[in-house]
Amino acid sequence: MLGQSEQGIIKRMNGRIRTNRILKGLFFLATTFALVFLVLLFYRVLTQGIGYLNWSYITSFPAPYPEEAGIWPGIVGSIYMMVIVAIVSVIIGVSTAIYLEEYASKNKFTDFIRVNIQNLAGVPSIVFGLLGLTFFVYMFNFGYTLIAGGLTMALLILPVIVVAAQEAIRSVPSEIKEASYGMGASKLQTIGRVILPASIPGILTGTIIALSRAIGETAPLIIVGAATAIYTLPDSVLAKYTVMPIQVYKWTSRPQEEWQFVAGAGIIVLLVVLLLMNSIAVLIRNKYQRRL
Amino acid sequence: MNETMEKQQKANVAIESKGKENRENKTNGAAEGNHVFEVEDLNLWYGSDQALYEINMQVPERQVTAIIGPSGCGKSTFLKTLNRMVEMVPIVKTSGDIKYRGDHIFANNFKQEYLRAKVGMVFQKPNPFPKSVYDNVAYGPRVHGIKDKKTLDQIVEKSLKDAAIWDELKDRLNENAYGLSGGQQQRVCIARALAVEPDVILMDEPTSALDPISTAKVEELVQELKKKYSIIIVTHNMQQAARISDKTAFFLNGELIEFAETDNLFQNPQDKRTEDYITGRFG
Repeated sequence: MLGQSEQGIIKRMNGRIRTNRILKGLFFLATTFALVFLVLLFYRVLTQGIGYLNWSYITSFPAPYPEEAGIWPGIVGSIYMMVIVAIVSVIIGVSTAIYLEEYASKNKFTDFIRVNIQNLAGVPSIVFGLLGLTFFVYMFNFGYTLIAGGLTMALLILPVIVVAAQEAIRSVPSEIKEASYGMGASKLQTIGRVILPASIPGILTGTIIALSRAIGETAPLIIVGAATAIYTLPDSVLAKYTVMPIQVYKWTSRPQEEWQFVAGAGIIVLLVVLLLMNSIAVLIRNKYQRRL
Repeated sequence: MNETMEKQQKANVAIESKGKENRENKTNGAAEGNHVFEVEDLNLWYGSDQALYEINMQVPERQVTAIIGPSGCGKSTFLKTLNRMVEMVPIVKTSGDIKYRGDHIFANNFKQEYLRAKVGMVFQKPNPFPKSVYDNVAYGPRVHGIKDKKTLDQIVEKSLKDAAIWDELKDRLNENAYGLSGGQQQRVCIARALAVEPDVILMDEPTSALDPISTAKVEELVQELKKKYSIIIVTHNMQQAARISDKTAFFLNGELIEFAETDNLFQNPQDKRTEDYITGRFG
């Protein structure tokens, strides 16, 4: 019986193996497609920007001539802003996630909130800019200051952090929660001693992704009034500020070719700061994971 | 040494005094010295599905009480009702009464935390925390407010010794409990339950995820523990129930069919359904 159809089986199997090979090739192409463009971008940015990238570029203020221009206020502004954003969004975001996952009863209303937090993560950033303009700049009367920009950015990434923290908290096995409750631990003790420590790697990963998004954002900050060029560093949260992407954006909008190279140098600095932040966060995450 | 003992006692007093307010709703002050739990007309529903019907049962002190029955008969649900863990499912409703040492556990002013400190639980699947062996065992005492390092050291050592795993683990206290074998994890979980100095230990099929050698160790341990604790163990393994328990309850479809001395129940079952089940005619 088997012997008769053996030829047929082999024939059909060859077909399957061929399809498999072709699809594997297509998937590989899809992967390289994105990679090629990334490499091209890096190449272009590096070759154009590297010439202007030196120590004085990093430590100088903006200037009317390309040779003298620097990105120092952008670096400092971005770092200050990330500190504000991280503190505000992590505290509020994780608290929200804890409430939604551990305290809120599961009903239609909380389901509605959950779904809409996910929707918020997809709202265009410019809408958050308008929100920040309405509330922080005008209503709270912060003006075009660092705190107004920081709070706007915190709102922008809050949904991402909430969703990531919710997922991290949900993935804590219910068995170990039960073990904690089973020994007479209260809800708060269980959250503080079991749930949060176990979900910190996930929360940190979400925070890294969210902060990476925030550090590169330009649109909302244009609306809430980040300065395009400032000549003093912000000395309080109520000072004027600028950030790296705003400076880069401003340089690219100039007609002379040299400014494109200055912008390229700015992109390199932005990428380096981004990679640095990410590696610090990954280090923290790995440390926690080892402890677990 | 004396000082640390004193501290431990103080912590125990703290747990006791939490219980005092609970104790005020004791019915007639009867000294039910021999029973840890008295269950009266207990019904339980998950939403609209009734899972337990009119359970009446008195659980003896310092004995091993086994609960047997086919899957879905309500034996685990019943066990989790005793420390009110079943209420973690939000749609659960109960009627009837359970008294723990004379206290009504469903009373409004009875604190779940107190009940669970007194009624420890060991789960079906070993569920250590992703922490070191030491931190696992010290978790309960810490939750109940013991901070002193020396006291904690003593509790951890004593609990691990009582769970018959101290010799295996005394040099590995700082290792993550996830790295232990399943049998070791389960005994660490038992040590963790003992560290709170409970009165009763509930065990929900504690050996179903273990190999025969680890199972034998846990069974041996149960025999040792019943000298100090009252143990209620759910098992789907009738041989195990026969080996280790003093009394056995047979559940079927949410009803308590028969509850008797283990020897009697297995050799001379009063109910036809019990006989059918233990002779393997169904289940």
